[in-house]
Amino acid sequence: MRIQVNVNGEMREADVEPRLLLVHFIRDTLGLTGTHWGCDTSNCGACTVHLDGEPVKSCTVLAVRANGHEVTTIEGVTPGADLSLLQQGFREEHGLQCGFCTPGMIMTATALLERTPRPTEDEIREAISGNLCRCTGYQYIIKSIEWAAKHGAPTRVEVMP
Amino acid sequence: MQVPAQFDYEVATSVEEAIELLQRHGPEARLLAGGHSLIPMMKLRLAFPEVLIDIHELDGDLRFVREDDGTLRVGALARHKDLLESPVVRERYTLLADAEKFIADPLVRNMGTVGGSFAHADPSEDLPAAFVALGAEVVVRGPNGERTIAVEDLATGPFETAIEPDEILTEARVPRAPHGSSYFKVERRAGDYASAALGVALWMNEEEIEDARIGMCGVGSTTLRAREAEEVLRGQKPDEELYKRAAERAAQECDPPDDARGTPEYKRDLVRVLVVRAMEQAVSRARGGTEDRTADGR
Repeated sequence: MRIQVNVNGEMREADVEPRLLLVHFIRDTLGLTGTHWGCDTSNCGACTVHLDGEPVKSCTVLAVRANGHEVTTIEGVTPGADLSLLQQGFREEHGLQCGFCTPGMIMTATALLERTPRPTEDEIREAISGNLCRCTGYQYIIKSIEWAAKHGAPTRVEVMP
Repeated sequence: MQVPAQFDYEVATSVEEAIELLQRHGPEARLLAGGHSLIPMMKLRLAFPEVLIDIHELDGDLRFVREDDGTLRVGALARHKDLLESPVVRERYTLLADAEKFIADPLVRNMGTVGGSFAHADPSEDLPAAFVALGAEVVVRGPNGERTIAVEDLATGPFETAIEPDEILTEARVPRAPHGSSYFKVERRAGDYASAALGVALWMNEEEIEDARIGMCGVGSTTLRAREAEEVLRGQKPDEELYKRAAERAAQECDPPDDARGTPEYKRDLVRVLVVRAMEQAVSRARGGTEDRTADGR
């Protein structure tokens, strides 16, 4: 089936099998490997992307479902060679160790800060409860998101002055 | 890599077209809404539909949560998060919001639909139990028009429903708001299916419980209604002794499976505890109380 998907603001077209999952479309068809493919069972959240602005687990969405819709991946919230405020927060507060969960965490937290610019710790914990981290534990990830909130996130492409 | 087996894919652009497609493709076709139950089952080869009819483009018709003339109407494509965030649900149908907090995680709640949780008919699914407590019905539409099915009669077995292969579930309706309600669940880890869970809805006057309904999940081969426990409560003044008697009845009315989530006796014990907690919370809310116990009842 021929599909057209707006990925990170760019219209991408491909011929795909209906059973192709969105995560594999993004990684294998489009070569955007920033989105990670983790548990494959909609538990870990490493594959989180935005579908029409909402964070979703792309291992449990068919690529054909995104036909005519907008998808944003980690590449789409990273301003060129720079880092978004949220990404800077992860650097400042040691929010990652192995980095496998980080793209998913960033996508979920980006959506959180767009809706709730100054979230409470409870709101952060609830928002990332569908994203699993096996290294740092969650304390530093929460601090990273709080750092970004304090420094004026949200935004998809804003760079710290 | 887990991928579903091959299937043909159709997109319906209206409810009528979805019904036509269901008729054309026969019983091996399945509707695809949020896909967060169906796609995992297809990956595991527990489901292998030949045709998927994607209905996500029907959001305009089927995605709503609203109260019309005292009836709560929830469209089949309302997402879990829509229920959780709905002010009218939080205020007047509180057990639905209670239940939603337990369902999976926020990312899954962005995709998973209310209609899907009915049509999937997992005996451990939370929402059908909460809607059973509310005395809700679902509306299904087929080639011969619309009909309604009481939620308590919807599941005919595990993952089986009274919906015909050429019918589509379009909405759930709650005919009257309870005066107080609550939903409690014990799960092995956050976001898991229930070891046992139940919802209570109460209609009260100054002194007595006029009507009570209890829906349970994870403790039988379908969503269950604890009719005998409700009978114990009806017409009585609420107190701890009464709750315990009702809880004992409810524990006898369920038939829990022996599985990784616990033994039947353990799950019956959970029901005994959860009925009491849910009653305390629902009565307190009916009397205007705003103090909630923590979600798992501690």
